[in-house]
Amino acid sequence: MRPPGGALVESPTTVAWQTRRAPLLNSMDFNTDHFTLFELPVRFRLDAALLDRRYLEMQSRVHPDRFASAGESERRLSLQWATRVNEAYQTLKKPLSRARYLLHLAAQDVGSENNVLMPADFLVEQMEWREAVAEARAAGEHHELEHLHHRLQGDIDERYGELAVLLDDRRDLEQAADRVRRLMFIEKLLVELDDAMIACEEQ
Amino acid sequence: MALLQIAEPGESAAPHEHRLAVGIDLGTTNSLVATVRSGLAVVLRDELGRPLLPSVVRYLPDGSCQVGYEAQARQALDPRNAIASVKRFMGRGIADIANHESMPYVFQDGPGMLRMHTVAGLKSPVEVSADILRVLRLRAEAALGGALVGAVITVPAYFDEAQRQATKDAAQLAGLPVLRLLNEPTAAAIAYGLDNAAEGVYAVYDLGGGTFDISILRLSRGIFEVLATGGDSALGGDDFDHRIFCWIIEAADLKPLSVEDASMLLARAREAKEYLTVHGAAPISGRLSSGEIVDLTLTTEIFAEISQTLVAKTMQPVKKALRDAGLSVGEVKGVVMVGGATRMSQVQRAVGEFFRQDPLNNLDPDKVVAIGAATQANLLAGNRAAGDDWLLLDVIPLSLGLETMGGLVEKIIPRNSTIPTARAQEFTTFRDGQTALAIHVVQGERELVSDCRSLARFELRGIPPMVAGAARIRVSFQVDADGLLAVTAREQTSGVEASIVVKPSYGLSDDEIAGMLKDSITHVRDDAQQRALKESQVDAQRLLEAVRAALAADAELLAADELARVHNAIARLEAAALADNRRQIMLAMDDLEADTKDFAARRMDKSIRRAFAGRNINELDSDAAATTTGEHA
Ligand SMILES: Nc1ncnc2c1ncn2[C@@H]1O[C@H](COP(=O)(O)OP(=O)(O)OP(=O)(O)O)[C@@H](O)[C@H]1O
Ligand SMILES: [Mg+2]
Repeated sequence: MRPPGGALVESPTTVAWQTRRAPLLNSMDFNTDHFTLFELPVRFRLDAALLDRRYLEMQSRVHPDRFASAGESERRLSLQWATRVNEAYQTLKKPLSRARYLLHLAAQDVGSENNVLMPADFLVEQMEWREAVAEARAAGEHHELEHLHHRLQGDIDERYGELAVLLDDRRDLEQAADRVRRLMFIEKLLVELDDAMIACEEQ
Repeated sequence: MALLQIAEPGESAAPHEHRLAVGIDLGTTNSLVATVRSGLAVVLRDELGRPLLPSVVRYLPDGSCQVGYEAQARQALDPRNAIASVKRFMGRGIADIANHESMPYVFQDGPGMLRMHTVAGLKSPVEVSADILRVLRLRAEAALGGALVGAVITVPAYFDEAQRQATKDAAQLAGLPVLRLLNEPTAAAIAYGLDNAAEGVYAVYDLGGGTFDISILRLSRGIFEVLATGGDSALGGDDFDHRIFCWIIEAADLKPLSVEDASMLLARAREAKEYLTVHGAAPISGRLSSGEIVDLTLTTEIFAEISQTLVAKTMQPVKKALRDAGLSVGEVKGVVMVGGATRMSQVQRAVGEFFRQDPLNNLDPDKVVAIGAATQANLLAGNRAAGDDWLLLDVIPLSLGLETMGGLVEKIIPRNSTIPTARAQEFTTFRDGQTALAIHVVQGERELVSDCRSLARFELRGIPPMVAGAARIRVSFQVDADGLLAVTAREQTSGVEASIVVKPSYGLSDDEIAGMLKDSITHVRDDAQQRALKESQVDAQRLLEAVRAALAADAELLAADELARVHNAIARLEAAALADNRRQIMLAMDDLEADTKDFAARRMDKSIRRAFAGRNINELDSDAAATTTGEHA
């Protein structure tokens, strides 16, 4: 098994190819950042409905199905553009990837999921959360899982609020990167919790 | 055409020849073919006026076969040679098939995909499906009066690559060019959405004969955006039949049955199931070959009880799909029911309870998938008419990844990513002086490679010797709008590169397919050549038409010498298209393509700038408003 939440240490003897970096955004350079592509301000706080609308507008212009009977070069261009637009949208839509992307634009290193060092107290706290989830899951206590879920979601919302202040108001990138690293762990935990709830219902 | 569509999406430049294209619902139980005629999608009927073609193929000793109602009628008499529900075997080995021991067929496991022994020899599921598709192709050609440019064939959203490839191979074998494989629930959503001018988030719950799919879509101003999809490609009405069958054996205390008796009782089980949709109790009676009489009554209550776990099994993918879409039950505006098995009352009830609303049943569940497929086929064939302005944004159903050390999977593209999509990730060597890297592409959600489906393997060689961890190997995955995956690996410092277009190995090699094709089409060889020539002439005309339209709209984007070159290439292609040499035509098309490449890029740029140009003041205002609205979840 992989260590939960991304490896803490790397061990070259057991891992054939370690992931060097998180997937870095685009290999194709269309010369603009994702925000500018959708004509949105480069910042964390975002009008989600507006992003959705711009995305659909763009996609309805460039999607390959619009070029089903076009020539080879147009089809290729359309494929590249549609890919690019999808990538930009996916990156901006979710707050965690949006924050990581902002830090990437500012050349602030966040580290990859499998390779970050976290303070011990945070890790202990994470362990405790995981144990609580595992226990509730093993005991089939759906109610307890729901309770944990509610608490964690509240915690996450609060953290994104804090992150918005760090990124948009205080421009404190180092602190923001630290919060992002923590959220990487916590978001994974949330997925595990969801899985546990679904597994619990299956029984 | 398309060049003009950039400027005004959805409007055809000039009237042109209508290209014959069809949508095919290749179902576990029933198959259909539909087409768009005078702007209206219609299901094509057989000579007796019947829209459905039962997906049953019966092989005869002389090597021929019966397909459809005829084969279905002989199923109980000749169960070994009358193959039904073959879709469940597509791209599958014996180990993948639940209840295979209670099936009448004589299976032979092959590498990747099973085969069946019949009086007409060993048959793969691909061949059986091809026999069904061929009948539908002939039906369409007869009705439309010409050769088809292609078909959109539907598959369960939850079909993996092996199952999809098997479907494409079957089409090829049946002489049908595939425009695209379209997910069944998506096809249904297109038909429903266009018919009802629906807007908002909809779920499509599709329980057919052999497969279950759930898709969550957002419909907004003519765009169908699939948000998430999930399902179980081995769960459907057949399984409910099997539950009843088991109940009969238990209730009547029957000894092990002959294949004929088992087939007969399975048919009785299905009849009872369908009868229960409108009645409170169903009689089940039959005489076994031993003379023993079975006479039972199945009530709705008992049926609900013995099938309860099956119904519950459909709810897990529903929950997961909602989660992947990031939505709660309350945000779903409507639930569209598709597939014959959704007629069962316990299914209707369970879905209604889960979504806290009455499911939508106002579509013909048998036809809606084929209608949606025909609509998409019409579009992909280039028959877009003014006002026909809709677009589908689809997703990949299963995650794509790579094997890493220790048999673990590193996911590169997560499931439910909107296509087209591309992702890259960097890897490195783990041994000093390592010069080659094995790349194993897999599909699935599990952590271990052994629990996922293998799609392809290739090697990157010629990596310059370095210390472990020094090489930087970038592996990129690209999935195009058809769902086709290409993988490239490149060592960054030296630039050595290897790549593959993924075509999974599920048991039939290209040679085998070619062999089968040859067997079935040697006599129509000349036809095929003639057809290829015709096709390239039509393609040439379309290209010419598109370039002329583009010049009419945007010639100012070209400098005088560029314009002259384009006109020159046009003249050469016009000349080539008049002659009967396919190669000449292709070459001239390539030239024109090359000479208009920059032009196309400039037009694309212009169009993208235009995408935002017409924005009004209100929209610009919401930019300002965004300053105060945070979004965190
Ligand atoms: N009135 C009915 N009540 C219950 N079940 C029914 C009824 N009518 C049809 N069915 C069942 O619906 C199933 C066939 O549905 P459908 O034709 O939608 O499937 P299909 O498209 O062939 O399969 P799939 O989509 O899984 O490949 C069969 O199991 C059939 O018994
Ligand atoms: Mg179906």
